[in-house]
Amino acid sequence: MTATTGTLTAVDTRTGVAGPPRRGLQARRRRRLQAFRGVVLVVLGLFFLLPLGAMFEFSTRGVGEGAPRTMEAWKRIVTDQELNPAIIASLELAVITSVVALVLMVPTMVWVRLRVPRLSRVVEFLCLLPLTVPAIVLVVGLGPIYRWLDGHIGGSILTLFFAYVVLVLPFVYRTLDTGLSAIDVRTLSEAARSLGSSWPTVMLRVIVPNMVAAVLNAALLCVAIVMGEFTIANLLQYVNLQVAILQLGQADASLSIATSLASLIFAFLLLLILSFAGRRTRRTGKDPSPASGSTPSAPADGAQDPVSAPVLTPIVEEI
Amino acid sequence: MATDIQLATSQRSAVEVRLEGLRRTYGTVTALDGLDLTLHPGELVALLGPSGCGKTTALRLLAGLEDSDGGRVVVAGQDVTHVPTNKRDMGMVFQAYSLFPHMTALDNVAFGLRLRKVPAAQRRARASEMLELVGLSAQANRFAHQMSGGQQQRVALARALAIQPTVLLLDEPLSALDAKVRTQLRDEIRRVQLEVGITTLFVTHDQEEALAIADRVGVMRAGRLEQLDVPVAVYGSPATSFVAQFVGLTNPVPAIVENGSALVLGVRVPLVDPATPAGAGTALVRPEAMDLRQLDAAQAGTEAGAGTVSAISFLGAVSRVSVDVPGTGTMIAQLPTADVVDLRPGDRVVLTVRPDPVLVTRAAAAR
Repeated sequence: MTATTGTLTAVDTRTGVAGPPRRGLQARRRRRLQAFRGVVLVVLGLFFLLPLGAMFEFSTRGVGEGAPRTMEAWKRIVTDQELNPAIIASLELAVITSVVALVLMVPTMVWVRLRVPRLSRVVEFLCLLPLTVPAIVLVVGLGPIYRWLDGHIGGSILTLFFAYVVLVLPFVYRTLDTGLSAIDVRTLSEAARSLGSSWPTVMLRVIVPNMVAAVLNAALLCVAIVMGEFTIANLLQYVNLQVAILQLGQADASLSIATSLASLIFAFLLLLILSFAGRRTRRTGKDPSPASGSTPSAPADGAQDPVSAPVLTPIVEEI
Repeated sequence: MATDIQLATSQRSAVEVRLEGLRRTYGTVTALDGLDLTLHPGELVALLGPSGCGKTTALRLLAGLEDSDGGRVVVAGQDVTHVPTNKRDMGMVFQAYSLFPHMTALDNVAFGLRLRKVPAAQRRARASEMLELVGLSAQANRFAHQMSGGQQQRVALARALAIQPTVLLLDEPLSALDAKVRTQLRDEIRRVQLEVGITTLFVTHDQEEALAIADRVGVMRAGRLEQLDVPVAVYGSPATSFVAQFVGLTNPVPAIVENGSALVLGVRVPLVDPATPAGAGTALVRPEAMDLRQLDAAQAGTEAGAGTVSAISFLGAVSRVSVDVPGTGTMIAQLPTADVVDLRPGDRVVLTVRPDPVLVTRAAAAR
């Protein structure tokens, strides 16, 4: 550094060049990077939005040449007698599948981590297995079971949740595994136990609140998979949303396309809600899992410890 | 305020803790081999030992976090061997940071009270009291990731004490901290423990930590206690060669035991263990129990303990002088720095010992 007329000017020690030109170079690089980002965003946005725009355009076409645009197909999504039960059934299945998968998997995965870690590979293998079995093959095995279910507890479409829980297992497993890896499950549960917590309390008050983002992600994946599932429902002769869309497509293409687009928008909305929920947990420091994107930054001991630093300096707030 | 806190936290009188013949194996590895240990009411006992000696296993068995293969855990006269962790009423501070990340410091401290259904106002007051006890009132609303490691461990200590446990268990709570904070927090733990007057088991592999704050230090090896005594005795009169070598530095010096004393480097010194059998052995001498005398160039230096200075380490008020003694090896003498200012590596010196009691073992074999 050189001092000139009372002001300090930064000098690059390698080149001897004063600071401002280097800052200019960095600014140019930053601008170029921002422009590149913008181009990528626009190209990708068009790639995704053009088909959706086309779907919307098709679903709002009037009947006959030169007919004005109409939202008739969109209105019929909620009033169509064939579509409505399918939408409700798919939504119910999505909720039931999410709840059952999470209730089944969260305690199991925590238990395996704490008590029988040697079984973690086995559990992982079992959970990922459905990924390797095509849905059509799965149906061959599920067929007799569903015939039995039809005969004994009725042929409700909601019984599909048994199959769907198996279907979502790999995704739920992976998401929860990431969430659990981000926290020290053993220490937290032992600390809670030593303070007097029962196992359900440990689970509900300590483990789950620290992996909210992972649980939400898993639930979203469940909803997305169930709402988009076609093969199993169709082969087992149930009419869920996707089967109904296919059937409608043959009779009323506008309604079919409008429904498809609506289900996509529904998925986007869910993603948005999840994103806001994740941001909220980050703001309150509630979720340390990487799924939430939180980056804990504990202050250094020497700097922040009141014992080592008699005068407390305020810790930089993350919020 | 400290008095109020002391009154509040000392509502229960301190209890005696006994570990009786505790055994624990992991496959073919024996972690605890019939451990017997008694903690007197209000006492802080530090378990010290190398990695894998079983000290953490002993603490976890006492906490109920693991099941024993044999033996009993008795707290206040009651056998709690098969009582689950959450019913044992013990406060614990872990080696890893264990604050619940989704709760503030205050909520963390109040967690145990909430489980005990303490009314909200009382809970808050008590949690605030505990945070004040550990000097963190100002951090009450911070989350774990907004606190330093030292602060987190202090909150963990407050959380463990808030439930008024019968026993406090500290599982290497300072090992993740840097040296300066570790020393300060170590003293603070002792201060709080004395104020609260709670029976405490402190597990550490840091001998300085154990010697500095414990009422008694237990040195463990291979699942058993080698020695349990006050720090001065463990350091000054080690019961076994393992204790002597593990706690502090020792110089193995050839010695001859006869008539209830030992002849070490030409000096007759008393024995730690008067029952040591007569004959040749190895005396384990602390560096501070050694002395040295500089030889002139003219002096041959053929007497026992004669050697050459190989290094001098300045430690502040004292310095450590390493001396290569032919036939014995390198020995270390710790002396006031003022006494060694004239010494240089390569100087010829003669080592002697001060007439303090020494432990003599047969050759290099541990007892």
